[in-house]
Amino acid sequence: MSTDDQTYSAAGEVASVALRRTWWDRTWRSLKKAPVTAWFGMIVIACYVIVAVFAPIIAPYGQSEIFETPYAPWSSEFWFGTDQLGRDVLSRLIYGARNTIGIAVATTALSFLIGGSLGVMAAINRSWLDQALSRFVDVLMAIPSLIFSLMLLSIFGSNVINLIIIIAVLDATRVFRLARAVSLNVVVMDYVEASRLRGESLSWVMRRDILPNILPPLVAEFGLRFCFVFLTIASLSFLGVGIQPPTADWGSMVRENAQLISFAEYDMKAAMTPLLPAGAIALLTVAVNFVVDWFLHKTSGIRDEK
Amino acid sequence: MHPILRTVLQRLGLGLLTLFVVSIIIFSSLQFLPGDFATSVLGQSATPETVAAFRRELGLNDPAVTRYIQWIGGVLQGDFGSSFSGRSQGREREVMELIGPRLWNTLFLASMTAIIAVPLALTLGITAALYRNSFYDRMVNATTLTTISFPEFFVAYILILLLATLWKVFPSLANVRESTDMIDRIYMTALPALTLTLVIVAHMMRMTRAAIINLLASPYIEMARLKGISKSSVIIKHALPNAWAPIVNVIAFNLAYLVVGVVVVEVVFVYPGVGQLMVDAVTTRDIPVVQACALIFAATYILLNLFADIVSIVTNPRLLHPR
Repeated sequence: MSTDDQTYSAAGEVASVALRRTWWDRTWRSLKKAPVTAWFGMIVIACYVIVAVFAPIIAPYGQSEIFETPYAPWSSEFWFGTDQLGRDVLSRLIYGARNTIGIAVATTALSFLIGGSLGVMAAINRSWLDQALSRFVDVLMAIPSLIFSLMLLSIFGSNVINLIIIIAVLDATRVFRLARAVSLNVVVMDYVEASRLRGESLSWVMRRDILPNILPPLVAEFGLRFCFVFLTIASLSFLGVGIQPPTADWGSMVRENAQLISFAEYDMKAAMTPLLPAGAIALLTVAVNFVVDWFLHKTSGIRDEK
Repeated sequence: MHPILRTVLQRLGLGLLTLFVVSIIIFSSLQFLPGDFATSVLGQSATPETVAAFRRELGLNDPAVTRYIQWIGGVLQGDFGSSFSGRSQGREREVMELIGPRLWNTLFLASMTAIIAVPLALTLGITAALYRNSFYDRMVNATTLTTISFPEFFVAYILILLLATLWKVFPSLANVRESTDMIDRIYMTALPALTLTLVIVAHMMRMTRAAIINLLASPYIEMARLKGISKSSVIIKHALPNAWAPIVNVIAFNLAYLVVGVVVVEVVFVYPGVGQLMVDAVTTRDIPVVQACALIFAATYILLNLFADIVSIVTNPRLLHPR
C-alpha cells in the first residue's frame, strides 16, 4: 500500500485485485469439480482417440492381413483370435476405432456445418427462407432416419462418401431445429441490430455475434448427435449396407463373427469375440453420454430439484 | 365449431399433407437411379430391346406427374407394382405378395413388445418419480442410462449368449412360418421382443419420470397437497389429467421408435418381417420393394405421431372446457 501523498493511486487503496485466471487454470478448476462419471467418460474417450490416431503403430497386424487359420482361438499370437477369413480380430478392432469413429466424426461435423449455418441463417432471415427450410425439415423428420438412409443408400449405392453425405443431411435436420431455436433468442439483441446497421455481412454476424452465444448448447448437442450418428452408422454396417469390406469397422465385425456365439458352451472366449466390437461401440456411447450430461449440467446451471 | 374438433381436424389435415409429401419424396427417389440400372437388374446378357421394354415398364418415358399418379393410385389399392428380383430369369413377383405375410409378422412382434414394454415402463417411471432420489430411483436410472446407449444388436447378442446358448431357455433364431401355431410363435419371438423391450423401456421410463416430476413440482399440486388430500387422490384426480398428454406422447414416440428398432432386431434373429425384407431389398437394390417398405414404415411413424397429437389435444383439460 502506498503511503506517500505524492504517488497516490487508487489501486493502492483497495485490496489487490484477484488476477484474472488463465483459460487453462479455469478449465482445470472446473475439471477438478467434475463428477466421477464425467472423468470416466473423458478418460475412455481419450483412450479411444489415442487408439484411433495411432492405430498403425498399436495394431500387431494389418487390418486386412490374412492368416492361415480362420476362426483361430484366443492365443498369445492372436489375442482375440482370427475372424472368418483368418484376419486378426485385435488389429481389426484397433483399425475399426479409426474407421468407425473417423467416419462418425466427419459425418457429425458435416451435419453441424449444414444444419448449424442454415439454422442461424433462418433465424436471422425470418422470411420465406425460414419458412421454406422449416417446412422442408418437418417433412424430412417425418420419416424415420434409419429407414430413410436405407432407402437413399439403395438408390445411390453404399460407399463411404454417400454414407457420410446421406446421414449428415438427415441428421442436419435436428441440428437445424436446435440452432434456429437458440439463435432466435440472440438475433433480437441490440448488438446484432447494431452490427447489421453498421453494414456487417451476414457471415460476420453469424460468426462473431451469434455463434459465441449459442455455442454451449451446440457443443452438448454435438456429443449427443455424435452418439446417434455413430450408432446409426454401426447399425447400417451391421445390416451390411454401411461401411463396406475389407475396411475394418465395428458394425460389420459383429455381423461377421455373430455365429461364434452359438459355441459358447465349448469355448466361452470365442463366443465373446462378436461382443467385443459391440461392447466397444456401447462403451464409447456411454462415455460420451456421461460427459455430455456433465457439460449440460454445468453450462445450463440447472440443479437437481430435491 | 368446438375448439377441440377444429384443432383435431387441423392436425388430421396436416398429417395427411405430410403423408402426401413423404410419398412424393419416396416416389421421386426412383428418379435418381443411375442410367445403367436397367442393365444391372436384367443382367449383362439382356438385349437392348428388353432393356428398352423394362425402361418403358418403369415408365421412364412418361412425365413424372403421370407416373406418380399411377403409382399412388396403385398404392392406395394395395398394389405396389412388381419386384425387380428374379426378373432376369423371367420370374417376377408382386411386391404385395412378398410384404403381406411379413407385415403381419412384424405387427405381431411390435405389438408383443408393446404389450410387455408399455405397462412396465409406466410403472417403473411413475414409481421412480414418486420415490425420487431414493436408492430404487437411482438404480433404475443408472440401469436405464446404460441400456439407452447400447446399440440394439449388442443387447440382442448378449441376450442370445445368456438365454439361448449358456442357458437354453429360448431359441436364438425366430424363423417363424405361417404354419407355426400361436404358442410356438410367442415362444420363438420371446427373445426379439425382449430385446426391443429392453431398448424402449429405458427411454419410455426416463421420459415418464421426467414428465411426472415436472408436473409434481407445479404449484397447483402443492396446493392440493396442502389442502390435505391423500397422496393417491392427488395423483389420480389432479396430476393424471395433465399427465396424459406427455405420457401418451412418450408411448407413441417409442412405438414409432420400434419401427426403426425392428429392422435391426429382425436381422439379428432372422425373423421374417418387413425390416429384414427391406434390408435384403436394399442390398439387391430392389427399388419397388424398398419403396413399399419405406412407405409402410414412414406411414406408421406419421400415423403414430398423429395419434399421439390427437390424444394429447382431446385429453387436455384446458381445451375440454372452453370459455
